[in-house]
Amino acid sequence: MRSLAIGAILAGFAASPLCAQSLDERLPTCFACHGEKGTSQLPETPSLGAQPAFYTTVQLFMFRDKLRITEPMNEMAKGLTDADLQRGADIISKLPAPEPISGTPDAVRMERGRALGQKNHCNFCHQSNYAGQENVPRLAGQREDYLLKALRGYKDNSRRGYDAQMSEVVYPMKDEDFVDLAYFLARQK
Amino acid sequence: MTYLSRRRGFVLAGTLATLLVAAGPAAAQPQTPLPPGSPLIGRPDTEAAKKLAPVAPPPLPAAADKLPLDKLKAPKGFTIDLYASGVDNARTLRLGDKGTVFVSSRIKDKIHAIVDKDGKREVKVVASGLHRPNGIVLHKGTLYIAELSQISKIENVEDKLDNPPKPTVIFSDLPKDEAHGWKYLTIGPDEKLYFQVGAPCNICMPSERHAKIYRLNLDGSGLEVVASGIRQIVGMDWHPVSKQLYFTEHQRDWLSEDIPQDKLNRVTQPGKDNFGFPYCHQGNIPDQEFGWGRSCDEFTKPITLLGPHSAPLGMRFYTGTMFPAAYRNQIILARHGSWNRTTKIGGDLVVVKLKPDGTFRSMEPFVTGFLQNNNYVGRPVDMLVMKDGSLLVSDDYNGAVYRVSYGAQRTAGR
Repeated sequence: MRSLAIGAILAGFAASPLCAQSLDERLPTCFACHGEKGTSQLPETPSLGAQPAFYTTVQLFMFRDKLRITEPMNEMAKGLTDADLQRGADIISKLPAPEPISGTPDAVRMERGRALGQKNHCNFCHQSNYAGQENVPRLAGQREDYLLKALRGYKDNSRRGYDAQMSEVVYPMKDEDFVDLAYFLARQK
Repeated sequence: MTYLSRRRGFVLAGTLATLLVAAGPAAAQPQTPLPPGSPLIGRPDTEAAKKLAPVAPPPLPAAADKLPLDKLKAPKGFTIDLYASGVDNARTLRLGDKGTVFVSSRIKDKIHAIVDKDGKREVKVVASGLHRPNGIVLHKGTLYIAELSQISKIENVEDKLDNPPKPTVIFSDLPKDEAHGWKYLTIGPDEKLYFQVGAPCNICMPSERHAKIYRLNLDGSGLEVVASGIRQIVGMDWHPVSKQLYFTEHQRDWLSEDIPQDKLNRVTQPGKDNFGFPYCHQGNIPDQEFGWGRSCDEFTKPITLLGPHSAPLGMRFYTGTMFPAAYRNQIILARHGSWNRTTKIGGDLVVVKLKPDGTFRSMEPFVTGFLQNNNYVGRPVDMLVMKDGSLLVSDDYNGAVYRVSYGAQRTAGR
């Protein structure tokens, strides 16, 4: 479902080969999937608004150099210069912070998620408001399905971080912890 | 730094810049300068950077003129020069019989070779597309590479530097955990490969396969446990006289700012030693969760403690003759530096002196200055004693290798 949607978007924009396109020519494709106002509407595709530029630069770098394998991002980052990566990350960091899931949250689940964030020290590196900092990403208002996918990926070692810090953190955690954490974070302002 | 070495540094940097541009995917496009504070040129010096979080090295090596050489301090009579810049995420250092210096990486995918030809140094890529290839060792012309979950080799590697073949895998039956999955690799006096499988977590009950040092025959057969109860190792070496294995060990995070301290250990009973993880930390603190019903006295004690969260990595016995006699057969050890601590410690090389029976005598600073105002300007990883007795030091934060020498070089040019 997701890959079909992304495929359709990519096909629409990629009249010329991606690697021949400048950063500015590629940006509409980035926004088409990740949301031009910082909030992604596409399943399992992260919202990038207000994401720290250091984190995004490093992820783009890993995509370009194939240290992290996630199509279509490897193709999207192919051929970009170092300056492009930095400028793209700066542009993304200035998008508005993603819109948290609205409505009245389940107070019990929110409390479980908040407590898990404290117990596992998530709130140290990602900060107490989960806005992230430097090489540590913003989690507040992130898509719930993407948060769950990332946490599960760190647990089963399919998601490779720049460092392995996240794999250390999630190792003793259970899948129901991930579900609660993702629920809580997706509703954080 | 001498005038000559400074000039050589610039020449080398020039060559590397050309190589990088020519080899990179960005070759066709003109490079525009990166804005100040870009993670691609160095860690930004902001308030946020000083908060408690793992320190990520910039993704690109620092240019030769941006290296912190003027901030590094060594005892009187020692000189610190640049050996090579542009060595991406430089980690383990090893020397080939023909003088090639091999450099591993952990965050990147490459092994580099630094070739010194008539005083001109060139950095070449020996292997790429590897996954956390932190562990390397050379033996009789063969380069052995320990990636996250496999060990491979390139025979007669120094004859093939211009056209290296893909490494041949000799062993791949290893856990695939990312956490503490990178290895340190060394060869024992018994001509076997020694490496560790770290704990796949900060603190947890490890599986039977984790938290151990193993040894393996050079053909990948005969896997055996050498020691257990080990959280993570990124440095091991063999005592030149007793031939015993010494290693640095990282202790758990998030217990407190000041405990536990990281350890320096020694294997005295191969196959039997248990160093205590996850039951006991720093040799005398039972874990709050796993320590119940256990005693620290069940486990092999550390030789000494190396500071809380200080992250000791490479350790080498100094076997050269260039340094004063007091350094001979003593341990030079790199402390990468803490992140899980408000006031950072480490970011230095220390000398650990041993008594004749191999136990701890003293620890004193050797090279300092990687930590400035609670921020890293570089982070030392591993050392290598060169044939002339000088000591190379890798810095994974800047992607550089430095050379520490004693005496002969004039320091008047500084």
